[in-house]
Amino acid sequence: MRAFQAIIARDLLLAVRQGGATFLALVFFLLTVTLFPLGIGPEPAILARVAPGVLWVAALLAAMLSLDRLFQADFEDGSLEQLTLSGLPVSLIVLAKIITHWLTTGLPLLLAAPVLAVLLNMNSEGFTALLLTMLIGTPALSLIGAIGAALTLTVRRGGVLLSLLVLPLYIPVLIFGVSAIDAAVHGLNAKPHLLLLAALTMAAIPLCPWAAAAAVKLSLE
Amino acid sequence: MFQGRDIACDRGERRIFSGLDFQVSPGQALVLRGPNGCGKTTLLRTAATLLKAAAGKLTWNGADIAEDPEEHRARLHFIGHQDAVKGALTVRENIAVWAKVRGATEDRIEAAMSAFDIAHLTDTPAQYLSAGQHRRTALARLVASPAALWLLDEPTVSLDADGTACLQRAIAAHRADKGMVMAATHIELGLDDVEILQLKLQ
Repeated sequence: MRAFQAIIARDLLLAVRQGGATFLALVFFLLTVTLFPLGIGPEPAILARVAPGVLWVAALLAAMLSLDRLFQADFEDGSLEQLTLSGLPVSLIVLAKIITHWLTTGLPLLLAAPVLAVLLNMNSEGFTALLLTMLIGTPALSLIGAIGAALTLTVRRGGVLLSLLVLPLYIPVLIFGVSAIDAAVHGLNAKPHLLLLAALTMAAIPLCPWAAAAAVKLSLE
Repeated sequence: MFQGRDIACDRGERRIFSGLDFQVSPGQALVLRGPNGCGKTTLLRTAATLLKAAAGKLTWNGADIAEDPEEHRARLHFIGHQDAVKGALTVRENIAVWAKVRGATEDRIEAAMSAFDIAHLTDTPAQYLSAGQHRRTALARLVASPAALWLLDEPTVSLDADGTACLQRAIAAHRADKGMVMAATHIELGLDDVEILQLKLQ
């Protein structure tokens, strides 16, 4: 358990020192969302209608942006090899890296989302649902993304391949995330959608680290 | 006692070596010799469980390592071709990070830095280090967290004479402490009383 915490502490320290990734994902999120009023026009009713979808699609792309660095840097300088030799099961090492990815990408996106929702004139009834779907859904983005990141480790210029692998897997998260907010905005019950989204994340917690660990082990051979 | 019986390894489709036996007992050093491509790195990576042997069995005091590879990994240090040193962290942080990840406390870090004569670089970010200092930082991990088995793959690469002497002293101290060493090297490490395992090109 101490080794698990040490890996998270290490990755957070590196994220703080190197800065970049979190900042990039946030700025990307802000920029993409602000492009929509410019593209569709500033009609408040239309923006309010598309707001949940726009926010989720932008969050999904922003989370994906930093995925290729999840294992790559550690793979290149031999740290990944050393991590797997720490005596901790590889799936736990992967889980530690997923947690750091969420803390440095998912969490900032979650915090920025309400501000952008105001910008898109989203109905205030949807705010709680937006925060809840982000809170439940963004961990799934990091979890699923880890599989793609691990599979493309030894592929040169794996970034594009990574998005082709991961984006289709993100579709269920997108659907349930958006439908929960839509339901809340229209005064309907958002709970069933939230529960389905939670079920997705819950299923991803044991499955994704296990699958990504298998891919990491293969890439080290 | 760390033993390998009848080990065979493949890289891609090619059999690198087969029918290889070796053993290392506490306090002993086993030096792997042989031409490029004869499988020194492959054998060390297999001993570290990073690679799977195509045939044969690795045992630790008689117990099969394949049954609990995590336990085996926790008791070994592997120094490979890559240093696993992060440029964004200082020398001390780099060593401390690995000590903590391996569950050790921080009290041996100062000793580890003096052992490789990099104490004066404590707060220098690793990106400003020379290749030799980089290597010393990687090697300092050996001392910073205790492990029974050291697997060293060309540990003296980029080291100067003084750095090699530091490594010799560290290995001698490790062996005096009942530690085991398996090392692949082309140069004379200057260790006393070593076993040599000669590998041949297949």
